[in-house]
Amino acid sequence: MQRDAGGTTISLRVNGTHHDLRVEPRVSLLDALREGLGLTGTKKGCNQGGCGACTVLVDGTRIISCLALAVMYQDREITTVEGLAQDGELHPLQAAFIERDGLQCGYCTPGQLLSAVGMMEEFRNGMPSSVSEDVPAGPAELSPSEIRERMSGNICRCGAYNGIVEAVRQTFDGEAAW
Amino acid sequence: MKDFAYARADNAAAAIDLVSRTPGAKYLGGGTNLVDLMREGIEQPDALVDVTHLSHRIEELDGGGIRIGAAAKNAEVANHRLVRERFPFLSQAIVFGASGQIRNAATVGGNLMQRTRCYYFYDDAARCNKRRPGAGCDAIGGFNRIHAILGTSESCIATHPSDMCVALAASDAVVHVEGSDGARRIPMVDFHRLPGDTPEVDTNLRRDELITAVDLPALPLARNSVYRKVRDRSSYAFAVVSVAAALRVEDGAVEDVRLALGGVAHKPWRAVEAEGVLRGADATEGSFRRAADEELRNARGYAHNAFKIELAKRTIVGVLNGLTDRERAR
Repeated sequence: MQRDAGGTTISLRVNGTHHDLRVEPRVSLLDALREGLGLTGTKKGCNQGGCGACTVLVDGTRIISCLALAVMYQDREITTVEGLAQDGELHPLQAAFIERDGLQCGYCTPGQLLSAVGMMEEFRNGMPSSVSEDVPAGPAELSPSEIRERMSGNICRCGAYNGIVEAVRQTFDGEAAW
Repeated sequence: MKDFAYARADNAAAAIDLVSRTPGAKYLGGGTNLVDLMREGIEQPDALVDVTHLSHRIEELDGGGIRIGAAAKNAEVANHRLVRERFPFLSQAIVFGASGQIRNAATVGGNLMQRTRCYYFYDDAARCNKRRPGAGCDAIGGFNRIHAILGTSESCIATHPSDMCVALAASDAVVHVEGSDGARRIPMVDFHRLPGDTPEVDTNLRRDELITAVDLPALPLARNSVYRKVRDRSSYAFAVVSVAAALRVEDGAVEDVRLALGGVAHKPWRAVEAEGVLRGADATEGSFRRAADEELRNARGYAHNAFKIELAKRTIVGVLNGLTDRERAR
């Protein structure tokens, strides 16, 4: 195996747009998005997998981009906060975060938003959580305790958690019994 | 982070070939532990072979067991219908670990290969025999509330942090590995090592051996199983103590049982002594307490973690009481 001086050219598909960029294998997906593509909506918090600020979706699944190497995610569909709004309209979850005060400084918000969108997809697919009563049956309802548990990988130092839970709950209200 | 070469493997043979002939090469799963350790300079591979595109199939085995491809994501395993029905404690253990984002990226093989570790392992200013063999251990005389109480040595008292592996140890899981010398199967309970005087070696894998799959042999009693994790905050924290247990009760007696502990040792701790006491014993709290006492008989507490000995015993008793109640309701 050879090292390519100056890195290698990779293709990333982000928010529906194809990009070619040159990166060394050690460049994280987070740094490739921010530094390579100028998509600074995705935030660098702890850079060690502990805070969730860098959460993005890959093929609809939420991951943390700080511990992901960009070279591993070629030709996947990556969604960042810049891709949530459609045709100038905020994603319903973004609107709910504003309405419910789901933020104060806003630094964790992009990660919270992408994490919640990915979390809902997991819930729809029957993924149990550690607070689900019946693992074989899957979760019964997306209760506040289920939301808090499933969102525990996203830290908010301002402590806007009540607003965040309310915003998630309000947005996905039509899908679950409360 | 030091620069390194990267290659994506399309099949196991190609991955093994690359790693076996590239000095300093390692396999790369989801990267959720390895990339972090590389950023800290603790791991410094010269090359990474990405094995996330190898088999991630989860399939039924003849007789009712399950085979899990090593590249399956932790979350895929937790939410698989067969796993949820037949090994609910494995689903539970996985969703008790890390965060949703990490479980979506981390592979099964990578979960097994994450380093056994503690705060001092990460702290470059501290002595750590795992990081630098022979340097000494600052955890033994330091802050050791989260550390091991079973199977420790004078070299290391770190714990293996996986929840998933505790349920696998209780399930009699078998790890399939392949290397340049051929393929072999390693029982889960023999996969990880106690520290002894070589704490820098976490597993019994040879350098170029690749985990290809994990088998869960049929275990009907695992339908009545549970994973309980005791931790300092209710989510996204390592276990102080955890228990994975499966229990079958007939006519008021323990017909069969599987029991493993997490957060207490350098490896997932299969509670063989307790199982021996329990088999055939009355399914009563008195028996459960005797079994727990037997398992923890050789436990050793350090300055801040001696409470774990009693906590482990009570967690075992609590879990077995709960499973017995479920058996009575059956």
